[in-house]
Amino acid sequence: MTTITPTSKWHKNILDLDNFTRADIDSVMQTTDAMKEIMQRDIRKVPALRGKTIITLFYEASTRTRVSFEQAGKILSADVINVTAQSSSISKGESLIDTGKTLQATGADIIVIRHPSSGAAYLLAQNVNCNVINAGDGWHAHPSQALLDLYTIREKLKRLDNLKVTLVGDVLHSRVARSNIWGLLNVGAEIVLCAPPTLLPKIFIEAYPHNGKGSLTIEYDVNKAVKDADVIMALRLQTERQQSGLLPSLGEYSERWQITPKRLELAKPGVMLMHPGPVNRGVEVSSELVEHESSVIEEQVKNGVAVRMALLYMLLAGSKPNETSLAHS
Amino acid sequence: MTDKSLLIKDARLLDPGQSLDKVADVLITDGEIKWIGKGQTPANVETINAAGLILTPGFIDIHCHLREPGLEYKENISTGTRAAARGGFTTVCCMPNTSPPVDSKSLVEYVLRRAAAEAVIRVLPIGCISKAQQGKELAEMGGMASAGAVAFSDDGKPVANANLMRQALSYSLTLNMPIIDHCEDPALFEGGLMNESPTSYRLGLKGIPSAAEETMVGRDIALAALTGAHVHIAHISTAGSVDLVRNAKAKGVRVTAEVTPHHLLMTDDWVTGVRIIGGSSATANPYDTSTKVNPPLRAKSDAAALLEALKDGTIDCIATDHAPHDVVDKSQEYDHASFGISGIETAFGLLMALVHTGKLDIKTLVEKLTVAPAKVIGHGYKGIKAGAPAELTLLNPDEEWTVDVNSFLSKGKNSPLNGIILKGKVKATIYDGKIVYSDVNDAATAPRKKTNA
Amino acid sequence: MMTAEDMRRASVRIAHEITERNRGTDDLLFLGMQTRGVPFAKRVAQSVKQAEDKDVPVGSLDISLYRDDLSSRGRLLVKKTDIPEGLSDKRVVLFDDVLFTGRSIRAALDAITDFGRPRSIQLAVLIDRGHREIPIRADYVGRNIPTSVNEDVIVRLIETDGLDEVVVTRRED
Repeated sequence: MTTITPTSKWHKNILDLDNFTRADIDSVMQTTDAMKEIMQRDIRKVPALRGKTIITLFYEASTRTRVSFEQAGKILSADVINVTAQSSSISKGESLIDTGKTLQATGADIIVIRHPSSGAAYLLAQNVNCNVINAGDGWHAHPSQALLDLYTIREKLKRLDNLKVTLVGDVLHSRVARSNIWGLLNVGAEIVLCAPPTLLPKIFIEAYPHNGKGSLTIEYDVNKAVKDADVIMALRLQTERQQSGLLPSLGEYSERWQITPKRLELAKPGVMLMHPGPVNRGVEVSSELVEHESSVIEEQVKNGVAVRMALLYMLLAGSKPNETSLAHS
Repeated sequence: MTDKSLLIKDARLLDPGQSLDKVADVLITDGEIKWIGKGQTPANVETINAAGLILTPGFIDIHCHLREPGLEYKENISTGTRAAARGGFTTVCCMPNTSPPVDSKSLVEYVLRRAAAEAVIRVLPIGCISKAQQGKELAEMGGMASAGAVAFSDDGKPVANANLMRQALSYSLTLNMPIIDHCEDPALFEGGLMNESPTSYRLGLKGIPSAAEETMVGRDIALAALTGAHVHIAHISTAGSVDLVRNAKAKGVRVTAEVTPHHLLMTDDWVTGVRIIGGSSATANPYDTSTKVNPPLRAKSDAAALLEALKDGTIDCIATDHAPHDVVDKSQEYDHASFGISGIETAFGLLMALVHTGKLDIKTLVEKLTVAPAKVIGHGYKGIKAGAPAELTLLNPDEEWTVDVNSFLSKGKNSPLNGIILKGKVKATIYDGKIVYSDVNDAATAPRKKTNA
Repeated sequence: MMTAEDMRRASVRIAHEITERNRGTDDLLFLGMQTRGVPFAKRVAQSVKQAEDKDVPVGSLDISLYRDDLSSRGRLLVKKTDIPEGLSDKRVVLFDDVLFTGRSIRAALDAITDFGRPRSIQLAVLIDRGHREIPIRADYVGRNIPTSVNEDVIVRLIETDGLDEVVVTRRED
């Protein structure tokens, strides 16, 4: 049993999972267990982050991610302030750096950012002293989603080792896929990516060096890709992809890559069907599967709150207090 | 003209234009090289003791952005030419993608007038190919040529319309000036941010495939063959483009090409934060917008192919594509930041990494910075010989210095080399017989060792 | 300071004291504070079982989320809180290994309040080392060990550390 010393330092920011160790992932899983217990209580509130301010800074529309960070902060007694691009000086042309500095000056302890540009969370983190959580930057990363996916797998299958996970869908534009690849490689999973070649170029997998741990392969034929999978993760397909010439039609996509009950049968018995949401019913996943017994889509949302509680807590418990924060000066 | 004389003592004179490579003294009087020799040291003459240093013809940059008129917040002719002098250049060609674009005789005259008033070195304007760089109608190339333009380009963007490109090439035959194309297929480029590669996929940045450049290089070569005109490929960046140019040259097509120092020495992994030049490295954050440049930093295999092509003559010369930007243009999300590297002050030090690692000899390097670019535009090379105008660059090939963007004379501090130690330094630049740059007076890079004064 | 045998005796004695004071085991609920309070509570419950042949439910409580010193002594991992059958109207006995400033116990009392309204809350500790900063006292004490503030009291239990012992070390600084 490891003893966590009182001065343990953890990550200052959570920008992606590429710098996470297996121990980091396991400690998030363990802390999430504790957070999940709190969510099952009659009184769902603990004083852990009393006096702390969490600002969600969202440049893109979002329901589940923003709400779950807000909910997570509130259960932990933090003050949560939501800033969206439409309701702020951002719409007056304020730069990301200036917005970040302004929010920091108001006493933010954590800024949770969602932004359409890949790398935006890094730019913010370089320019503020408070902790930063990347809640999705462009096509690049969505680490809290990948952690909640891992948590959901661990909860259902009681393990993270020896997994075969098939990701099906728009890998090219998916930050969820990218962060999940880091997370799943970290736990040694056998990962199969499946999509039309326009959404999954062959050289994509060369981007992910994995020294002996796990594997990452491409299989364009979905019937082969899902074979013996423990987990099938369907990815969201934005309907604009058709207009930009990446797909002939959504109908053709559905016919060849949609997860259907028949394709589910090719996977391992008891396969988990996941989707980061929001689901285009009848496109990525056939409509009846959304509420199918294999589907854990709703659990993913529930676990999202608990995982984000763990991340908020661990960031503030594991790092030095924000020197510029007004809260504890 | 000054009547003051200047004596450069004991320098190694290196002039690939006349196969000159010897140690001698050079006396400059009234803006001209008076004599070259040994022994007869005139008294009471300002003297630079240049033992151990290399004296070359002044460097020529046929591709830079001085941003005048209209974009003076990024750079102007005064700061841009001072930065160029610090980089060892005595002649620069400025691209016309200004605001408004330099697409008429009067605008060429304006640039030259500003240069006469503000520049410390020679400025040769390049005019637009199309009116307002719109890619629709030919600009008045003849008028611009009479006013002093030396080449034509819509640089910053390609000439997308193949027929317009054909007409521009055809028309240039009467002017005997090159058409310089920024080769990029607009549809393949669309929204691109960095080299399309495993790295771009990992970072989630939209890629610019090599094919976006190569298809355009191929088209331009076909049009040059069709018209018999001279096309010059700006900032060539891929192994595939190099092959196309090599084949075309073998067939006698009038195509020339330039390569930038950054495409020779930096690669797309710099976008992830890698910074290595020779034995020096620095730490940087991923998505640092100083690495955002067009054409993008390519793969290691591309950089190797570019170097090979430079050596075998497929690539004619080196040009900096010095692209200064204001800090606001770069302190942004990677998507929104401007393309470009402020590179004119670091060019020589950076290129010397090729010499110090044994990949390129210094004679070839100097040739590619002097005689070779002059040949492409037909201007600028004066040589180290008695009676020639004194346009010279004095170099210390072994002196190390640390790049500090805040010390740049350019307004553009957008360099990914900040903090890197470069080995090889410009000690002085002489134009019109005068010292227009000396590192002795350069607080930022002056040698720490004190000389007896 | 304490051997395995000393620790065994203390657990047996505390088991007797608890059943005596509560006149049996009705409505008793033991709550071990993470980490070492949990095995301590289980040991005492075992002793109760031997003496009275009655099972006392044992739960666990992690107080990380109730501390008042988050960032200065932040504990990264939050461990399991598991309260077997709800604690309303129970006689809750809280178990911790070392009683020092009392702040952990204060946090534990807050945590318990969030789960309901017990009939009473009592406190059992293996070691009371003094230096209270808030008005809290233990109902059952394994051993009182007077210490200086510059010393650390380290409790090791077989379940968590592989051996049973209590040692006092001087902090180096």
